[in-house]
Amino acid sequence: MNGAADLGGMMGFGPVVVKPDGPPFQAEWERRAHAMVIALGAAGHWSIDASRYARESLPPAEYLTSTYYEIWIKALVKLLIAHGLVDADELASRRSLRPGAKLGRVLRPDEVPAVLAARRPYERPAEAAARYAVGDRVRARNMHPTGHTRLPRYARGKIGVIERLHGVHVLPDSNAHGAGEHPGWLYSVRFAATELWGDDADPTLSVSIDAWESYLQAP
Amino acid sequence: MADDTGTPQRVEALETILVEKGYVEPAALDAIAEIYEDVGPKNGAKVVARCWVDAAYRERLLTDATSAIAELGFGGRQGEHMVAVENTPEVHHLIVCTLCSCYPWPVLGLPPAWYKSPAYRSRAVIDPRGLLADFGVTLAESQRIEVHDSTAEIRYLVVPMRPPGTEGWLEDKLAELVARDSMIGTGLPRVP
Repeated sequence: MNGAADLGGMMGFGPVVVKPDGPPFQAEWERRAHAMVIALGAAGHWSIDASRYARESLPPAEYLTSTYYEIWIKALVKLLIAHGLVDADELASRRSLRPGAKLGRVLRPDEVPAVLAARRPYERPAEAAARYAVGDRVRARNMHPTGHTRLPRYARGKIGVIERLHGVHVLPDSNAHGAGEHPGWLYSVRFAATELWGDDADPTLSVSIDAWESYLQAP
Repeated sequence: MADDTGTPQRVEALETILVEKGYVEPAALDAIAEIYEDVGPKNGAKVVARCWVDAAYRERLLTDATSAIAELGFGGRQGEHMVAVENTPEVHHLIVCTLCSCYPWPVLGLPPAWYKSPAYRSRAVIDPRGLLADFGVTLAESQRIEVHDSTAEIRYLVVPMRPPGTEGWLEDKLAELVARDSMIGTGLPRVP
Protein backbone atom coordinates (compact mmCIF):
# COMPACT_ATOMS: atom_id res chain seq x y z
CA MET A 1 0.00 0.00 0.00
CA ASN A 2 1.06 3.58 -0.44
CA GLY A 3 1.51 4.12 3.28
CA ALA A 4 3.63 6.38 5.43
CA ALA A 5 6.26 3.67 5.98
CA ASP A 6 7.43 4.02 2.37
CA LEU A 7 9.80 6.87 3.16
CA GLY A 8 12.49 6.68 0.47
CA GLY A 9 13.04 10.10 -1.12
CA MET A 10 10.72 12.06 1.20
CA MET A 11 12.07 15.37 2.42
CA GLY A 12 11.73 17.60 5.42
CA PHE A 13 12.69 15.30 8.27
CA GLY A 14 15.84 17.30 8.96
CA PRO A 15 19.30 16.01 9.69
CA VAL A 16 19.95 12.60 11.19
CA VAL A 17 20.46 13.01 14.90
CA VAL A 18 23.36 10.80 15.86
CA LYS A 19 23.60 10.35 19.60
CA PRO A 20 26.27 8.46 21.49
CA ASP A 21 25.21 4.86 21.80
CA GLY A 22 23.24 3.99 24.87
CA PRO A 23 21.61 0.67 25.67
CA PRO A 24 19.57 -0.80 22.80
CA PHE A 25 16.31 -0.02 24.60
CA GLN A 26 15.68 3.59 25.68
CA ALA A 27 13.14 2.61 28.33
CA GLU A 28 11.86 -0.46 30.14
CA TRP A 29 8.60 -0.39 28.16
CA GLU A 30 10.54 -0.59 24.88
CA ARG A 31 12.32 -3.65 26.21
CA ARG A 32 9.00 -5.29 27.10
CA ALA A 33 7.44 -4.22 23.79
CA HIS A 34 10.25 -5.74 21.76
CA ALA A 35 10.10 -8.99 23.73
CA MET A 36 6.31 -9.26 23.44
CA VAL A 37 6.44 -8.81 19.67
CA ILE A 38 9.07 -11.56 19.41
CA ALA A 39 7.25 -13.90 21.80
CA LEU A 40 3.88 -13.51 20.07
CA GLY A 41 5.54 -13.80 16.66
CA ALA A 42 7.00 -17.13 17.77
CA ALA A 43 3.47 -18.35 18.54
CA GLY A 44 3.03 -18.66 14.78
CA HIS A 45 -0.40 -17.02 14.32
CA TRP A 46 0.96 -14.46 11.85
CA SER A 47 4.01 -13.97 9.66
CA ILE A 48 6.67 -11.29 9.78
CA ASP A 49 5.04 -9.89 6.63
CA ALA A 50 1.70 -9.58 8.44
CA SER A 51 3.50 -7.71 11.23
CA ARG A 52 5.04 -5.29 8.75
CA TYR A 53 1.68 -4.70 7.10
CA ALA A 54 0.06 -4.05 10.48
CA ARG A 55 2.68 -1.35 11.10
CA GLU A 56 2.65 0.31 7.69
CA SER A 57 -1.15 0.38 7.51
CA LEU A 58 -1.40 2.71 10.49
CA PRO A 59 -2.89 6.03 9.31
CA PRO A 60 0.00 8.12 7.90
CA ALA A 61 -0.33 10.93 10.43
CA GLU A 62 -0.27 8.42 13.26
CA TYR A 63 2.64 6.47 11.81
CA LEU A 64 4.78 9.57 11.43
CA THR A 65 4.06 10.88 14.91
CA SER A 66 4.59 7.61 16.75
CA THR A 67 7.93 6.46 18.05
CA TYR A 68 9.35 3.26 16.66
CA TYR A 69 8.27 0.94 19.45
CA GLU A 70 4.89 2.68 19.70
CA ILE A 71 4.37 1.58 16.10
CA TRP A 72 5.36 -1.95 17.05
CA ILE A 73 2.94 -2.05 19.96
CA LYS A 74 0.05 -0.53 18.01
CA ALA A 75 0.58 -3.14 15.29
CA LEU A 76 0.79 -5.95 17.85
CA VAL A 77 -2.53 -4.86 19.35
CA LYS A 78 -4.13 -4.81 15.87
CA LEU A 79 -2.91 -8.35 15.20
CA LEU A 80 -4.01 -9.66 18.61
CA ILE A 81 -7.51 -8.31 18.03
CA ALA A 82 -7.68 -9.45 14.39
CA HIS A 83 -6.72 -12.98 15.43
CA GLY A 84 -9.20 -13.07 18.29
CA LEU A 85 -6.51 -13.43 20.93
CA VAL A 86 -7.37 -10.27 22.87
CA ASP A 87 -10.58 -8.21 22.82
CA ALA A 88 -10.97 -4.45 22.76
CA ASP A 89 -12.84 -4.38 26.07
CA GLU A 90 -9.89 -6.13 27.71
CA LEU A 91 -7.51 -3.46 26.44
CA ALA A 92 -9.87 -0.80 27.74
CA SER A 93 -10.12 -2.37 31.17
CA ARG A 94 -6.41 -3.27 31.15
CA ARG A 95 -6.97 -6.86 32.25
CA SER A 96 -8.08 -10.19 30.88
CA LEU A 97 -11.86 -10.64 30.99
CA ARG A 98 -12.08 -14.16 29.61
CA PRO A 99 -9.87 -17.23 29.24
CA GLY A 100 -7.18 -17.10 26.59
CA ALA A 101 -7.43 -18.93 23.28
CA LYS A 102 -5.10 -21.83 22.63
CA LEU A 103 -1.88 -20.30 21.45
CA GLY A 104 0.22 -22.05 18.80
CA ARG A 105 3.21 -21.89 21.11
CA VAL A 106 3.91 -20.34 24.48
CA LEU A 107 7.62 -19.62 24.69
CA ARG A 108 9.19 -20.93 27.89
CA PRO A 109 12.22 -19.06 29.23
CA ASP A 110 14.57 -22.00 28.68
CA GLU A 111 13.51 -22.29 25.04
CA VAL A 112 14.28 -18.68 24.18
CA PRO A 113 17.97 -18.93 23.22
CA ALA A 114 17.43 -21.85 20.84
CA VAL A 115 14.33 -20.33 19.26
CA LEU A 116 16.04 -17.00 18.61
CA ALA A 117 19.21 -18.63 17.28
CA ALA A 118 17.31 -20.92 14.91
CA ARG A 119 17.37 -19.98 11.25
CA ARG A 120 13.95 -19.50 9.77
CA PRO A 121 14.86 -19.28 6.11
CA TYR A 122 12.57 -17.52 3.66
CA GLU A 123 14.09 -19.33 0.70
CA ARG A 124 12.08 -22.09 -0.97
CA PRO A 125 12.95 -24.69 -3.64
CA ALA A 126 12.90 -23.31 -7.18
CA GLU A 127 10.14 -24.77 -9.31
CA ALA A 128 10.91 -22.74 -12.41
CA ALA A 129 14.04 -21.20 -13.90
CA ALA A 130 14.72 -17.54 -13.20
CA ARG A 131 13.38 -15.30 -15.95
CA TYR A 132 16.23 -12.78 -15.65
CA ALA A 133 20.01 -13.09 -15.48
CA VAL A 134 22.67 -10.80 -14.05
CA GLY A 135 23.12 -7.83 -16.37
CA ASP A 136 19.57 -7.90 -17.78
CA ARG A 137 17.71 -4.61 -17.93
CA VAL A 138 14.31 -4.70 -16.26
CA ARG A 139 11.58 -2.25 -15.38
CA ALA A 140 9.99 -2.22 -11.94
CA ARG A 141 6.24 -2.38 -12.42
CA ASN A 142 4.18 0.70 -11.91
CA MET A 143 1.84 -0.90 -9.41
CA HIS A 144 -0.05 0.41 -6.41
CA PRO A 145 -1.55 -2.52 -4.54
CA THR A 146 -3.78 -1.68 -1.58
CA GLY A 147 -2.27 -4.60 0.36
CA HIS A 148 1.30 -5.24 1.45
CA THR A 149 4.17 -4.87 -0.99
CA ARG A 150 7.92 -4.42 -0.67
CA LEU A 151 8.34 -2.49 -3.90
CA PRO A 152 9.09 1.06 -2.78
CA ARG A 153 7.33 3.87 -4.61
CA TYR A 154 10.55 5.54 -5.71
CA ALA A 155 11.48 2.51 -7.86
CA ARG A 156 8.11 1.92 -9.55
CA GLY A 157 8.21 2.35 -13.30
CA LYS A 158 11.99 2.78 -13.28
CA ILE A 159 14.54 0.82 -15.30
CA GLY A 160 17.37 -0.96 -13.55
CA VAL A 161 19.84 -3.78 -14.05
CA ILE A 162 19.79 -7.21 -12.41
CA GLU A 163 22.79 -7.34 -10.14
CA ARG A 164 22.34 -10.53 -8.15
CA LEU A 165 20.02 -13.55 -7.85
CA HIS A 166 19.05 -14.53 -4.32
CA GLY A 167 17.09 -17.70 -5.06
CA VAL A 168 13.36 -18.22 -4.62
CA HIS A 169 11.83 -16.45 -1.63
CA VAL A 170 8.44 -16.20 0.07
CA LEU A 171 6.40 -13.40 -1.52
CA PRO A 172 5.42 -10.88 1.20
CA ASP A 173 2.57 -9.46 -0.88
CA SER A 174 0.50 -12.61 -0.43
CA ASN A 175 2.05 -14.01 2.75
CA ALA A 176 1.21 -10.85 4.71
CA HIS A 177 -2.48 -11.52 4.14
CA GLY A 178 -2.47 -15.24 4.87
CA ALA A 179 -2.93 -15.89 1.14
CA GLY A 180 -0.01 -18.30 0.79
CA GLU A 181 3.72 -18.01 0.33
CA HIS A 182 3.71 -17.94 -3.49
CA PRO A 183 7.53 -18.07 -3.58
CA GLY A 184 9.22 -16.28 -6.45
CA TRP A 185 12.68 -15.49 -7.70
CA LEU A 186 14.26 -12.64 -5.80
CA TYR A 187 16.80 -10.30 -7.42
CA SER A 188 18.91 -7.33 -6.49
CA VAL A 189 18.11 -4.66 -9.05
CA ARG A 190 20.37 -1.64 -9.32
CA PHE A 191 19.06 1.73 -10.46
CA ALA A 192 21.12 4.75 -11.38
CA ALA A 193 20.20 7.71 -9.21
CA THR A 194 19.60 9.72 -12.38
CA GLU A 195 16.92 7.18 -13.39
CA LEU A 196 15.25 7.43 -9.99
CA TRP A 197 15.61 11.12 -9.26
CA GLY A 198 16.26 12.83 -12.58
CA ASP A 199 19.08 14.60 -14.32
CA ASP A 200 20.12 16.63 -11.29
CA ALA A 201 20.89 13.50 -9.28
CA ASP A 202 24.41 12.50 -8.26
CA PRO A 203 25.81 10.60 -11.30
CA THR A 204 28.08 8.55 -9.02
CA LEU A 205 25.14 7.17 -7.01
CA SER A 206 23.14 4.00 -7.51
CA VAL A 207 20.44 2.41 -5.38
CA SER A 208 19.69 -1.31 -5.28
CA ILE A 209 16.48 -2.90 -4.08
CA ASP A 210 15.63 -6.55 -3.61
CA ALA A 211 12.69 -7.27 -5.89
CA TRP A 212 10.61 -10.36 -6.59
CA GLU A 213 10.19 -11.44 -10.20
CA SER A 214 6.52 -10.44 -10.07
CA TYR A 215 7.63 -6.85 -9.38
CA LEU A 216 9.57 -6.75 -12.66
CA GLN A 217 8.86 -6.67 -16.37
CA ALA A 218 10.77 -6.23 -19.61
CA PRO A 219 11.96 -2.62 -19.99
CA MET B 1 8.14 12.31 17.45
CA ALA B 2 5.08 11.99 19.65
CA ASP B 3 5.52 12.12 23.36
CA ASP B 4 5.21 8.78 25.04
CA THR B 5 2.72 9.78 27.73
CA GLY B 6 0.63 6.77 28.52
CA THR B 7 2.57 4.35 26.36
CA PRO B 8 4.53 2.74 29.21
CA GLN B 9 1.26 2.17 31.05
CA ARG B 10 -0.41 0.72 27.96
CA VAL B 11 2.49 -1.63 27.36
CA GLU B 12 2.43 -2.73 30.98
CA ALA B 13 -1.32 -3.35 30.76
CA LEU B 14 -0.89 -5.34 27.56
CA GLU B 15 1.71 -7.53 29.23
CA THR B 16 -0.67 -8.10 32.16
CA ILE B 17 -3.41 -9.22 29.77
CA LEU B 18 -1.07 -11.50 27.83
CA VAL B 19 0.25 -13.08 31.03
CA GLU B 20 -3.25 -13.55 32.48
CA LYS B 21 -4.30 -15.27 29.27
CA GLY B 22 -1.29 -17.56 29.41
CA TYR B 23 0.20 -16.26 26.14
CA VAL B 24 3.55 -15.11 27.51
CA GLU B 25 5.72 -15.86 30.52
CA PRO B 26 7.36 -12.75 32.00
CA ALA B 27 10.61 -14.65 32.48
CA ALA B 28 10.62 -15.52 28.77
CA LEU B 29 10.22 -11.83 27.91
CA ASP B 30 13.22 -11.05 30.11
CA ALA B 31 15.20 -13.80 28.41
CA ILE B 32 14.38 -12.38 24.97
CA ALA B 33 15.31 -8.82 25.95
CA GLU B 34 18.56 -9.95 27.58
CA ILE B 35 19.67 -11.73 24.43
CA TYR B 36 19.19 -8.59 22.34
CA GLU B 37 20.91 -6.45 24.95
CA ASP B 38 23.86 -8.78 24.76
CA VAL B 39 24.32 -9.24 21.00
CA GLY B 40 26.10 -6.40 19.28
CA PRO B 41 28.43 -5.22 16.55
CA LYS B 42 31.42 -7.04 18.06
CA ASN B 43 30.14 -10.07 16.15
CA GLY B 44 30.25 -8.24 12.84
CA ALA B 45 33.67 -6.82 13.69
CA LYS B 46 35.01 -10.36 14.07
CA VAL B 47 33.65 -11.23 10.63
CA VAL B 48 35.30 -8.17 9.07
CA ALA B 49 38.63 -8.75 10.80
CA ARG B 50 38.68 -12.38 9.64
CA CYS B 51 37.92 -11.20 6.13
CA TRP B 52 40.87 -8.78 6.27
CA VAL B 53 43.42 -11.40 7.31
CA ASP B 54 42.20 -14.53 5.56
CA ALA B 55 41.85 -14.40 1.76
CA ALA B 56 40.02 -17.72 1.58
CA TYR B 57 37.53 -16.56 4.21
CA ARG B 58 37.04 -13.30 2.32
CA GLU B 59 36.19 -15.31 -0.80
CA ARG B 60 33.64 -17.38 1.11
CA LEU B 61 32.15 -14.29 2.75
CA LEU B 62 31.66 -12.51 -0.55
CA THR B 63 30.18 -15.60 -2.22
CA ASP B 64 28.00 -16.99 0.59
CA ALA B 65 27.95 -14.65 3.55
CA THR B 66 25.32 -16.61 5.51
CA SER B 67 27.56 -19.70 5.67
CA ALA B 68 30.77 -17.74 6.20
CA ILE B 69 29.20 -15.85 9.11
CA ALA B 70 27.83 -19.10 10.55
CA GLU B 71 31.42 -20.42 10.60
CA LEU B 72 32.09 -17.89 13.34
CA GLY B 73 28.97 -18.97 15.21
CA PHE B 74 26.62 -16.13 14.26
CA GLY B 75 23.17 -16.55 12.76
CA GLY B 76 19.48 -16.68 13.56
CA ARG B 77 16.68 -14.17 13.34
CA GLN B 78 17.17 -11.33 10.91
CA GLY B 79 20.38 -12.94 9.68
CA GLU B 80 18.87 -15.79 7.73
CA HIS B 81 20.06 -14.56 4.34
CA MET B 82 23.23 -12.48 4.53
CA VAL B 83 25.10 -10.67 1.78
CA ALA B 84 28.47 -8.97 2.38
CA VAL B 85 29.44 -6.01 0.21
CA GLU B 86 33.02 -4.80 0.17
CA ASN B 87 34.15 -1.19 0.06
CA THR B 88 37.01 -0.32 -2.28
CA PRO B 89 38.68 2.94 -3.32
CA GLU B 90 36.16 3.02 -6.20
CA VAL B 91 32.91 2.21 -4.38
CA HIS B 92 31.38 2.84 -0.97
CA HIS B 93 28.36 0.83 0.18
CA LEU B 94 25.58 2.17 2.39
CA ILE B 95 22.75 0.11 3.90
CA VAL B 96 19.23 1.31 4.64
CA CYS B 97 15.73 -0.06 4.98
CA THR B 98 13.44 2.64 3.65
CA LEU B 99 10.25 0.61 4.28
CA CYS B 100 10.86 -0.37 7.91
CA SER B 101 14.15 -0.99 9.70
CA CYS B 102 15.54 -4.32 8.50
CA TYR B 103 18.97 -4.81 10.04
CA PRO B 104 21.29 -7.81 10.49
CA TRP B 105 20.68 -8.50 14.19
CA PRO B 106 23.04 -11.49 14.61
CA VAL B 107 26.10 -9.53 13.47
CA LEU B 108 25.24 -5.94 14.50
CA GLY B 109 22.70 -6.30 17.32
CA LEU B 110 19.58 -4.14 17.34
CA PRO B 111 19.71 -1.01 15.18
CA PRO B 112 20.56 2.37 16.69
CA ALA B 113 17.70 4.87 16.96
CA TRP B 114 18.90 6.91 13.97
CA TYR B 115 18.79 3.87 11.66
CA LYS B 116 15.05 3.60 12.35
CA SER B 117 14.37 7.32 11.99
CA PRO B 118 12.42 8.84 9.08
CA ALA B 119 15.33 11.25 8.56
CA TYR B 120 17.72 8.39 7.77
CA ARG B 121 15.28 6.17 5.89
CA SER B 122 14.04 8.97 3.63
CA ARG B 123 17.37 10.51 2.74
CA ALA B 124 19.71 7.53 2.33
CA VAL B 125 18.43 6.74 -1.15
CA ILE B 126 18.29 10.27 -2.56
CA ASP B 127 21.09 12.20 -0.84
CA PRO B 128 23.57 9.79 0.72
CA ARG B 129 26.51 12.21 0.48
CA GLY B 130 24.54 14.82 2.40
CA LEU B 131 23.46 12.15 4.85
CA LEU B 132 27.05 11.02 5.41
CA ALA B 133 27.95 14.62 6.27
CA ASP B 134 25.56 14.30 9.24
CA PHE B 135 27.86 11.51 10.40
CA GLY B 136 30.98 13.55 9.73
CA VAL B 137 31.97 11.31 6.83
CA THR B 138 33.26 12.81 3.58
CA LEU B 139 34.09 10.48 0.74
CA ALA B 140 36.29 11.22 -2.25
CA GLU B 141 34.21 12.63 -5.12
CA SER B 142 35.58 9.82 -7.25
CA GLN B 143 34.25 7.12 -4.94
CA ARG B 144 30.88 5.91 -6.20
CA ILE B 145 28.14 5.21 -3.68
CA GLU B 146 26.01 2.10 -3.89
CA VAL B 147 23.02 2.18 -1.57
CA HIS B 148 21.32 -1.09 -0.69
CA ASP B 149 17.69 -0.79 0.32
CA SER B 150 16.82 -3.91 2.35
CA THR B 151 13.39 -4.53 0.84
CA ALA B 152 13.38 -8.34 1.28
CA GLU B 153 14.78 -10.78 3.85
CA ILE B 154 18.34 -10.29 2.58
CA ARG B 155 20.46 -8.56 5.24
CA TYR B 156 23.58 -6.67 4.26
CA LEU B 157 26.93 -6.27 5.97
CA VAL B 158 29.44 -3.73 4.69
CA VAL B 159 33.07 -4.83 4.76
CA PRO B 160 34.99 -1.57 5.16
CA MET B 161 38.48 -1.04 3.78
CA ARG B 162 41.28 -2.12 6.06
CA PRO B 163 42.93 0.98 7.51
CA PRO B 164 46.51 1.74 6.55
CA GLY B 165 49.16 1.12 9.17
CA THR B 166 47.69 -2.18 10.31
CA GLU B 167 50.01 -4.48 8.41
CA GLY B 168 50.78 -7.60 10.41
CA TRP B 169 48.09 -6.92 13.01
CA LEU B 170 46.33 -9.89 14.52
CA GLU B 171 42.62 -10.43 14.05
CA ASP B 172 41.53 -9.46 17.59
CA LYS B 173 43.34 -6.15 17.41
CA LEU B 174 41.93 -5.41 13.95
CA ALA B 175 38.40 -6.15 15.15
CA GLU B 176 38.71 -3.32 17.68
CA LEU B 177 39.00 -0.87 14.78
CA VAL B 178 35.75 -2.02 13.19
CA ALA B 179 33.11 0.35 14.53
CA ARG B 180 29.46 -0.49 13.99
CA ASP B 181 28.77 2.38 11.61
CA SER B 182 31.57 1.22 9.31
CA MET B 183 29.58 -1.98 8.76
CA ILE B 184 26.44 0.01 7.81
CA GLY B 185 28.35 2.44 5.62
CA THR B 186 27.71 5.53 7.73
CA GLY B 187 31.22 5.43 9.16
CA LEU B 188 34.75 4.32 8.47
CA PRO B 189 36.98 2.06 10.54
CA ARG B 190 39.15 3.71 13.17
CA VAL B 191 42.64 4.49 11.89
CA PRO B 192 45.40 3.63 14.38
